Amino acid sequence: MIKVENLKKSFGHNEVLKDINVKVKPQEVVVVIGPSGSGKSTFLRCINQLETITSGRIYIEGVDTTDKKVDINKVRIEVGMVFQHFNLFPHKTVLENIMLAPLKVRKVSKEQAAQNGRELLKKVGLAEKENAYPDSLSGGQKQRVAIARALAMEPKIMLFDEPTSALDPEMVGEVLEVMKQLAKEGMTMVVVTHEMGFAKEVGDRVIFMDEGFIVEENIPKELFENPQQERTKSFLSKVL
Amino acid sequence: MIFRWDIIIEYLPYLLQGTMLTIGLSLGSIILGSVLGLFIGLGRIISNKILSSLFYCYITVFRGTPLLVQIFLIHFGVVPLFAGETNAVVAGVIALSLNAAAYIAEIFRAGIQSIDRGQMEGARSLGLTHSQAMRYIILPQAFKRMVPPLGNEFIVLLKDSSLLSVIAAPELMYWGRAMGGQYFKVWEPYLASAFIYLVLTITLSSLLNLLERRLRTE
Ligand SMILES: Nc1ncnc2c1ncn2[C@@H]1O[C@H](COP(=O)(O)OP(=O)(O)O)[C@@H](O)[C@H]1O
Ligand SMILES: [Mg+2]
Repeated sequence: MIKVENLKKSFGHNEVLKDINVKVKPQEVVVVIGPSGSGKSTFLRCINQLETITSGRIYIEGVDTTDKKVDINKVRIEVGMVFQHFNLFPHKTVLENIMLAPLKVRKVSKEQAAQNGRELLKKVGLAEKENAYPDSLSGGQKQRVAIARALAMEPKIMLFDEPTSALDPEMVGEVLEVMKQLAKEGMTMVVVTHEMGFAKEVGDRVIFMDEGFIVEENIPKELFENPQQERTKSFLSKVL
Repeated sequence: MIFRWDIIIEYLPYLLQGTMLTIGLSLGSIILGSVLGLFIGLGRIISNKILSSLFYCYITVFRGTPLLVQIFLIHFGVVPLFAGETNAVVAGVIALSLNAAAYIAEIFRAGIQSIDRGQMEGARSLGLTHSQAMRYIILPQAFKRMVPPLGNEFIVLLKDSSLLSVIAAPELMYWGRAMGGQYFKVWEPYLASAFIYLVLTITLSSLLNLLERRLRTE
């Protein structure tokens, strides 16, 4: 589904990703953990090329998306992304936020977009909020709208960059619940998170990143209970 | 000292005629200057370094030299060069527009850059192109923030249009000066002109306030 080969990314002289190789199978949920500044966000952002990569190859469903001839906007349709700070459009209502990309990019009819949008809102438990503006919502509600917005493009892959890190503790659960549901439905997901409970429960595989390298990866149970690398051990001892 | 109301009354038709031209000149320059300013503002933030520094030069030159000098250069130099002869109204609109465009470009640039980076990323991650993201997400939000400084700029432009009297564009200040010249009076012509400018700027700023409030509740 996703194949990342020898991915490198530098900001100026600062090499943030140093030779990353990852494969994600269809319907797999991969959880990425690691200390702050280790390059987790940059890695996710490289997958849908919000960052231009320095070198390497990224295949999505067999297509080399780093090829100059590939239309990156088409690739992004297949890859939904959820951000730490939601990035909802404050001048549009909840439903308009969800409808925008289907209307402008997928060119579906207004009726169709609205109908799909309402179904998605029901799915994330916010049916009654369709006419609200993002600023009137709680953090947890905002993030659920952001998930619905990404899903409206019917992506095959969903990327989550610390989706619960900006939330008050009591709202973390409602967002994780939606993500668990999504995983159950068979969505392919790459999730950067500090929620180790989520990683254990939902993750098929956990990747531990540090200083731009993938230090260790394994099924959650093994990685958490039996880490092989010193750096993994010391990181886990701090967060568990 | 007697205040000669009668000469104000006598000149009123001319003053009003001048006022109409002042409004026309200002409106025309506001529209032209805004369109031009939007392009220059966008030009300032494109990634092509050579092009963007060209726009930067434009802004520096027009903001760094007196408007009066620009008016003379355009009226006596640029317009005759291209059209063979000069015309105070045309030269006036060109000078005011080019000058305002430099300030408006900076307002647009600042407005666009004040929008959180996450907005562009959110839009791009959904598959929108850069220009779609600009059009549907960035510009509408930036526009709201631009209204107050743009309003200021429009008011400055309206007042600056009085400088065109020196090239004999028959706008409000021109007629004020004509009246002063004919009767050797100071208070009557210039107070009358000042009063009309005040009415114009107060009207314009309350219209802008109205727009601002409408945008805020939206
Ligand atoms: N746009 C950028 N420009 C320069 N440096 C950046 C940029 N984005 C991230 N970095 C740097 O890259 C490193 C990794 O950042 P990031 O991927 O956000 O880490 P994480 O998400 O794991 O906390 C950090 O040192 C950060 O300062
Ligand atoms: Mg991060």
